[in-house]
Amino acid sequence: METTDIIIKIVLVVIIFAISLVIAMYSTYAERKVAAFFQDRVGPNRAGPWGILQPLADGGKMFLKEEIIPSSASGILFIVGPSLAILTACIGSAVIPWGQKLTIGSTVIDLQVTDINVGILYIFGVVSLGVYGIMIGGWASNNKYSLLGAIRAASQNISYEISMGLSIIALLLVTGSLSLREIAEQQHGFWADGWFTWNVFKQPLGFLIFIVCAFAETNRTPFDLPECETELVGGYHTEYSSMKLGFYLFAEYINMFISSAVMATLYFGGYNFPFMDMINSPNLVTILGVVFLFGKIFMFIFFFMWIRWTIPRFRYDQLMNLGWKGLIPLAIANIVITGVVITFLN
Amino acid sequence: MGTFYFIAFLSVCFSLLVITARNPVHSILYLILTFFTFTIHYILLNAQFLAVVNFIVYMGAILVLFLYTLMLMNLNKDNEPVKPAIVKIAAVFGGGCLLVTLIASLKTLGTSQPVVLNNPNLGLVKPLGKVLFNEFLLPFEVSSLLLLSAMVGAVLLATKDKQTKTI
Repeated sequence: METTDIIIKIVLVVIIFAISLVIAMYSTYAERKVAAFFQDRVGPNRAGPWGILQPLADGGKMFLKEEIIPSSASGILFIVGPSLAILTACIGSAVIPWGQKLTIGSTVIDLQVTDINVGILYIFGVVSLGVYGIMIGGWASNNKYSLLGAIRAASQNISYEISMGLSIIALLLVTGSLSLREIAEQQHGFWADGWFTWNVFKQPLGFLIFIVCAFAETNRTPFDLPECETELVGGYHTEYSSMKLGFYLFAEYINMFISSAVMATLYFGGYNFPFMDMINSPNLVTILGVVFLFGKIFMFIFFFMWIRWTIPRFRYDQLMNLGWKGLIPLAIANIVITGVVITFLN
Repeated sequence: MGTFYFIAFLSVCFSLLVITARNPVHSILYLILTFFTFTIHYILLNAQFLAVVNFIVYMGAILVLFLYTLMLMNLNKDNEPVKPAIVKIAAVFGGGCLLVTLIASLKTLGTSQPVVLNNPNLGLVKPLGKVLFNEFLLPFEVSSLLLLSAMVGAVLLATKDKQTKTI
């Protein structure tokens, strides 16, 4: 690899990192504004015009709060917990294709950090690692509520990972590739060979299962049992304060952003948009593609928030019933149906 | 080669920490790190699919369950079972014998010839799937049956109590 390539990759990593942090930051603002909209309130409007400096004020507050480490907590692990949560949230973005190739002069910039050929499985692995941050933090706090929250998070993640994996298997039957770049390329344009190219139209049931599981994996309402206030005080982050609490909250928003990006790439065509072949300049197509991808991502983030302020949270047994008795059989049926349909079409 | 020795050193270190750690939860955390080094070994061997599956299945699922169970159990010094002295002596003697045998067997070992991969794509999903579903179809299906029977057994064990209670 040449030096310029390495510099380009490093710049790309820094940009993606910055974008995910900024989006996570403004998701907190957007969440409060969306909540206000749904509840017919004004929402934060004091810091700056329309309150757009609110996330900065929140961040400043988080940094300046007193940092408390309970005397009975187990030292290093108490710090490892939130660090691991934010680390696993951030590294998922490495395999997502953000756009097609950008050509500036003679250099071709690939808008993807790395195109490993097991891209989906990498994302899956990172997601399954994410639960450790919560578990270690919850256990290290040495608090019963924290431990219960951590255990709920672990069992919830494991249960929903299965149906998520099964829904991906049905998708793989359609795409025949594990590389996210290839999957995005296959969904080129919007309409080809008499059917939509986007996978959501080929795998509607799979997408439904996937999005429900994405809600569960990111611990969003209605699956936010790990931090259920009425039963568990604050759940796994009861003992945390200052920026360590901030990391946990931040990790949730980054996870939401990454899972929106994954859903947009896997099912909603990624950076592809209708009538993209009618534009002659490839660079313009690439830039518009990035814009469209982020449009799709923001749509999903809004959907996450919409659900949060519309649907009340499940009871724990309902959550387990839905996961094991609802989604898993549905996902297996989806695999069988997909297999049969593909066999008949060929 | 340097990377391999470094990672191998880390694997040995972490696995030693697994058995020497006082706290069982710390033990499991070291075990997670050990499995992580195994993942790196697979990548060094150019087996990307195995690496990522090891990552998902062992690190992401099985060890989460281990951690889960250990967190629920109240394992501390007070309720640690105390073994009689004779058992301890027997364990030390047995371990020593194993160590001597292992060291003796090390003498006969030579450095292995480095294997050159003919096909660099050997460890990817497609070649592996083709081999599994053509050449090794029967063992593959039989092992899946084994897993299924284990699952049925676990469910049976879990529901047994409830049935006797209702009767």
